[in-house]
Amino acid sequence: MDSSEPLPSGEPDDRPAVPAQRSDQDAYLRVDDLRVRFDTSDGVVRAVDGVSFSVDRGRTLGIVGESGSGKSVTSLAILGLHDPKRTTITGEISVGGRQVVGLADEEVRRLRGRDMAMIFQDPLSALHPYYTVGRQIAEAYRVHHPKANRREARQRAVDMLDRVGIPQPARRFDQYPHEFSGGMRQRAMIAMSLVNDPALLIADEPTTALDVTVQAQILDLLADLQAEFHSAIILITHDLGVVGQVADDVLVMYGGRAVERGSVEQVLRSPQHPYTWGLLSSVPSLHGDADADLVPIPGNPPSLINLPQGCAFHPRCRYADRAGSRSRTDVPELRPAGAAGHLVACHLGEEERATFYAEDVASVGVAR
Amino acid sequence: MTDEPLLRVRGLTKHFPVRQGLRATGLVRAVDGLDFDVRPGETLGLVGESGCGKTTTGRMLVRLLEPTSGSIEFAGRDITHAGRRELRPLRQELQIIFQDPYASLNPRHTVGRIVAMPLQVNGIKPPGGIKARVQELLELVGLNPEHYNRYPHEFSGGQRQRIGIARALALRPKLIVADEPVSALDVSIQAQVVNLLRDLQRELGLAFVFIAHDLAVIRHFCQRVAVMYLGRIVEIGDREDIYERPQHPYTRALLSAIPDVTQLGPAGRIRLTGDVPTPLDPPSGCRFRTRCWKAQDICATEEPALVPRDGGRQATACHFPEVAAPIDEEVSS
Amino acid sequence: MSLSPVEGVALAEIESDPDASTTAARGVVGRSPGQLAWLRLRGDRTAVVSGVLLVFFMVLGLAAPLIEMLYGVGPREQFQNLLDGNGMPLGYAGGVTGDHWFGLEPGLGRDIFVRLIYGLRTSLFIALAAALITATIGVTLGTLAGYLGGWLDAVVNWITDLTLAMPFLIIALALTPAITLRFYGERGQVSSAFGVGVLIAVFAIFGWTSTARLVRGQVIALREREFVEAAKASGAGLGHMLFRQLLPNIWAPILVSFSLAVPQFITSEAALSFIGVGLSDETPSFGRMIYDSLDYLQTDPAYVFFPGVMIFALVFAFNLFGDALRDALDPKSSR
Repeated sequence: MDSSEPLPSGEPDDRPAVPAQRSDQDAYLRVDDLRVRFDTSDGVVRAVDGVSFSVDRGRTLGIVGESGSGKSVTSLAILGLHDPKRTTITGEISVGGRQVVGLADEEVRRLRGRDMAMIFQDPLSALHPYYTVGRQIAEAYRVHHPKANRREARQRAVDMLDRVGIPQPARRFDQYPHEFSGGMRQRAMIAMSLVNDPALLIADEPTTALDVTVQAQILDLLADLQAEFHSAIILITHDLGVVGQVADDVLVMYGGRAVERGSVEQVLRSPQHPYTWGLLSSVPSLHGDADADLVPIPGNPPSLINLPQGCAFHPRCRYADRAGSRSRTDVPELRPAGAAGHLVACHLGEEERATFYAEDVASVGVAR
Repeated sequence: MTDEPLLRVRGLTKHFPVRQGLRATGLVRAVDGLDFDVRPGETLGLVGESGCGKTTTGRMLVRLLEPTSGSIEFAGRDITHAGRRELRPLRQELQIIFQDPYASLNPRHTVGRIVAMPLQVNGIKPPGGIKARVQELLELVGLNPEHYNRYPHEFSGGQRQRIGIARALALRPKLIVADEPVSALDVSIQAQVVNLLRDLQRELGLAFVFIAHDLAVIRHFCQRVAVMYLGRIVEIGDREDIYERPQHPYTRALLSAIPDVTQLGPAGRIRLTGDVPTPLDPPSGCRFRTRCWKAQDICATEEPALVPRDGGRQATACHFPEVAAPIDEEVSS
Repeated sequence: MSLSPVEGVALAEIESDPDASTTAARGVVGRSPGQLAWLRLRGDRTAVVSGVLLVFFMVLGLAAPLIEMLYGVGPREQFQNLLDGNGMPLGYAGGVTGDHWFGLEPGLGRDIFVRLIYGLRTSLFIALAAALITATIGVTLGTLAGYLGGWLDAVVNWITDLTLAMPFLIIALALTPAITLRFYGERGQVSSAFGVGVLIAVFAIFGWTSTARLVRGQVIALREREFVEAAKASGAGLGHMLFRQLLPNIWAPILVSFSLAVPQFITSEAALSFIGVGLSDETPSFGRMIYDSLDYLQTDPAYVFFPGVMIFALVFAFNLFGDALRDALDPKSSR
């Protein structure tokens, strides 16, 4: 993949202009039964326990979860960033048809940056404080384009800074990270991730550290860039509002497992899992009755070291008793529910869920 | 609810000198002339983006920071520059809840000692003893009173925040300044704490100054809302006014920037360009003019006053306020 | 340093992990950070071994008169009859026998074992006393300077810099004889208590700076923490702020710096005695013994060996224990 051509013309290589409807098998990123374990003296931590999903180019998958849900561990596994000495990864991760799990470090490094890139929550810690922003972007370019000379790399970096909406990119090229404001830093970080035109972009809480008005700018920027470069995006966040705004598909994670998966309309408009219901009804909204109490999820997120037996959510689930003792003994499988492509891991029957949802959740007027 | 304000703030200002070596090279105008009142039992939300001065304001209200100028009156007494001894009786009525549940509890103290601290430093011996009072407080905030002897590291973030709330309640205050009390918590825990604060507010008739960057949380908690931008209040009014009939362009932009679960896909939102300017050198005239789509020449020369429209309780500091259009038309179009 | 660092770290990670805290709370009732550090310390083999060794040394030092009684030989008793004509001890390895376990000093014929026990007593006393005084001065100045700031901080900093700029060895060399001269004149018999006191004073004057700096830095970091602000917002006074809120959070680094200062003072005392400005020959001490033994390095190596090994073991044990203590109190720093 040689892209000596400058932006924004992009590369007219083998990428299709319009995404062909392909099955999961051909999706650009395919994660199948991913398990990530850390061995500690206290026992095995199953940070990710059998998660499957796929993202095609031009699509955005939102991964939603609280702290300890395994959402960030999943993304690090895709990028091959886990320390192999402490971590056991099984399952399949295929990026552009290439298997990442078990690949040699050298090979993964080549994939990283060129075919897949990451945007971090805190750009200040991801950018090196002693080098100019432009130099870091140019370096990132030259790593994967050894033939490019210094001037070409600089031109490419300036183009990228311009593309992500940084004013006076040529002057900004020579500034240090601390001279950038928070929003500008995140833009520079995005420019750096995109400099090699990766087909897969993983954004881990990219806007959590930013103000709402700046967050809106960055989300717009990501959407624009995706339309232009036709990349596959994984957006990891705890904010369902952000997911609703930019994602095509949603994966809800809890205790290292996927509890619900589907299109954004399916998951946010007709959620199937009690945990998703809880998330939706506990988030304060700008609409609806402001005086009504929020409906929180009782208890605390579980510890991955000591995950509850059976369904990990059962200690906090209002309906656990309705599912009988199974909820305490069996881990529910991800099964189709509702419309096509909608999956949920819950012991409750479909009709039961529909009743509970209608009575307890929809009536509160949260998700419409 | 009486009309006599519990807290009256006038012209409140905090400037931080910027030093390089021994020379002062500039002033950070963190808070620059705030006027507002809080009546007994009322909840006022202070909302704004980073650098707007909301946290500095909260610290000044409980006198953790010394105001540069202006005045703070609490229960009819001027406490702007009161010393520790003079403040003592008032401290009991004016408490603060912090943002970070991990930094706000002394890791070397048991929960019992943490919650009892305000009683002990003020030499208060409640009837039935300190331990009974502390356990009563723990129960009030939804914690197991048996956990009296445990240490903060044994609790989760949400539980720690409850401990911080119990500590603030120990002296039976009349006003609590809550500085981003839920923003460090997991989503599913935030609602628990917001509900708890709301219940306490109603049961105990507490007045609150609730500081947050999240307009949606403020909406669920506050009767009145003040929107801050770069050290000033740009709009203040009752909840319905601010959320349904916002008049300041910044309020509108802020409201439309919040991703809402009920709105799927990119909505027709107002986009502000750029970041908040530095409070070291705020723009002349109206501070919002550099990001405002309505800015005219007058905005650069003349600072708009925070004036009420139509004699109502909603005041807006803008030369060209939106008067007619309710927010929904713009946001959901 | 420690033999099983992994366990300590992993345990600490789990304990400080907010997610795990509910689990911890269920299983363990009311364990304070201090108790957790104690558990980690107990689980660390290096800490246990060095700690036991230190306790053993201290008991030896404390019980010196008792040992003398049981052993039946005093530190100043001379056994000239066991020396040959050149003043060298008879027998093998410097005269090691059932009566004189470590042999005899050449020349005066004093028993090395009992002198070592008394030397240990002197060294430990001087080092512990000096460390205690420097810690007190350092903590007081550091806390006040850090918490109150302003002119007090500036003054304390200035004094610290001044003290650090003074060359310790030269001043010690110049000051010790001068003070002795001032009090005892040319010929006066210097009492051993006086010599010990002068050494402690010299250490105290120079030793407090590092503790003061450490504590000041810690206090400044803590000062901005919200729990300190919470106490302030409740109207707490200076005493409460210092003793209830701040000090409990910094005694860990203080303890570590204390435990690492002690071996430093032991070696310094030996060094000063070695160059002749420390203790007189009357008072048994490690430095003095090594100084005296050097003349016999070739003829009677056992005389050098026993004090050398003793001081090495003592300092090594202290350093190991200090490091283990640091790991136990602050598990994150060991990575």
